[in-house]
Amino acid sequence: MYLNEEQQAILNGSKGETMAKVLKTLVMYGDAFGAEKLVPVTGKYNHLVTSFGLGVMSPVYDLMDQLLEAGVTSGQKFSVDPRPLDQNVPANLLQKLVFHMFMYNKQDFYEDQLKKLGLLNEDAFTCTCYMDEVGNKPQKGDVLSWAESSAVVYANSVLGARCNRNSGLMDLMGSIAGYVPYFGLLTDEGRRATWIVKIETTQKPEAQLLGSAIGMKVMEAVPYVEGLDKWLGNDLNDAACAYLKDFGAATASNGAVGLYHIDGLTPEAKEQGRALIAEGAQVYVIDDAELQRVKDGYPMIWKNPDAKPKLCFMGCPHMSMQQLKDWTDRIEAGLKASGKRKVLIPTVFTASPAVLKEFEKTEYAARLKKTGVITSYICPLMYMNNPLCAKMPVITSSNKLRTYTTARYYTDDEILNELTKGGTKA
Amino acid sequence: MKTFQGRVVTPGTTSAPALVTHHGFNTLASLQKALQFGDETAKCNDQNNPELFGKPVAGAALCLPMTIGSTTGGLVLYCACAMKRQPACMLFSEHIDSLAAAGAVLASVWQEDVSMPVVDCLGEEFLNYVKDGMTVTVQENGVVVVE
Repeated sequence: MYLNEEQQAILNGSKGETMAKVLKTLVMYGDAFGAEKLVPVTGKYNHLVTSFGLGVMSPVYDLMDQLLEAGVTSGQKFSVDPRPLDQNVPANLLQKLVFHMFMYNKQDFYEDQLKKLGLLNEDAFTCTCYMDEVGNKPQKGDVLSWAESSAVVYANSVLGARCNRNSGLMDLMGSIAGYVPYFGLLTDEGRRATWIVKIETTQKPEAQLLGSAIGMKVMEAVPYVEGLDKWLGNDLNDAACAYLKDFGAATASNGAVGLYHIDGLTPEAKEQGRALIAEGAQVYVIDDAELQRVKDGYPMIWKNPDAKPKLCFMGCPHMSMQQLKDWTDRIEAGLKASGKRKVLIPTVFTASPAVLKEFEKTEYAARLKKTGVITSYICPLMYMNNPLCAKMPVITSSNKLRTYTTARYYTDDEILNELTKGGTKA
Repeated sequence: MKTFQGRVVTPGTTSAPALVTHHGFNTLASLQKALQFGDETAKCNDQNNPELFGKPVAGAALCLPMTIGSTTGGLVLYCACAMKRQPACMLFSEHIDSLAAAGAVLASVWQEDVSMPVVDCLGEEFLNYVKDGMTVTVQENGVVVVE
């Protein structure tokens, strides 16, 4: 890899041993992909994936301490994934004990490390940092050192920024050095599509199911999706962005997609169209039957498949303001139709602290509360990741949450029916 | 016995029984439970991977196409290495992905006395040939012997 004079000097120790190790990490990382150079990070803020102070993550805390002791901090302020704990979310005494005393007993310690390293602010804990209310929204063409698979795929695809699927800790290395290796999704070639996905469904496909199908099929490749603009339109409005947020998260967690192009909708597809498709691209046709096949293939891991759900999580990734409002309307209408006053399953809607603060200022907040739905800034995935919660029958419309936990996936309509009619599937 | 030539990502030598997945290895889904709850054998907990689910990953020659899933993947691998619950080696049929590469590089640079040779680009034939339990030997130059 070519290094300029400054980079070579840092590697040789001009800024100390720890900084040299930071640069060595980035050089070795780039070498694995044949990167020819390091390029400057140009985004205003970074985003880190690791937000949870798990007691067993001592190797991470040790590394962070090494950085702090050497006076090496992030050159950019950063947001970070959601907190793993929120007292608003239902938990029994034993669960609370496990969360606070056993699992996340290093949360305060870790948050203190994050502050010292460059945390944007106290509310900067969300996987949807790119929401207007949060303010970490990169510009088209910005080079990023982000992690969090759902945020990376959104930044690349919907915002047109350039970021590889960096891992936790590697995200921080790039931000500290101010450089990232130039390969993959940073390059024009790496952003070309090697799969064409043709949408031939008879109705608007469920975002989370469609993303899952594509992720499982193309794995880490870049798909060019045709026929979706028929359902989403040609403007990146709130509804389209929310759809793409959920769609992208499913492609990234059920596979390893870091960038997708939606014909006629996402910025690069609008500019370049089918010129983005690489020669010899494979084709994947998705119709109603294919989506059903994918859904039917999800493993059933509840001990009792007929168990009554004890909890419902919506918002992985965190919900947008518009989604909170739309779901308030839907739940009210569903309850009215079934003659009920409150949702029939304890339900948590998750969103970023900044979005929730703004939501609280609207008349929707009181209406949603009246239905019995709880709002929270928690990371549902972190809540679910323990044997106590894993035994609970939890339902969700998040394919990411389904992938990493025992939560069971339901479509949005099925969720609504569970919440308002009590188990009569759509 | 068959020999395959790959590309060295992080160097080293080892010999271990093969553990094979033809589907992407979801690092977070596979290892998080083992790391959190003291399972020193690091049994795979990825419900979507029937080839690996319930099988110990620590000390195995993990043969895979790529890793997938959450971008905590590299960090999880880094922690597994630091806690000595990592695979004996990781052998990729395809080009290594960014998350696995990050985990391997982070462990190599920031952890002392961690050994997890990583070789990629071994080809589809490698993954078709190797089966669970076969003995896999990794040489310094990226040669992988399966017997």
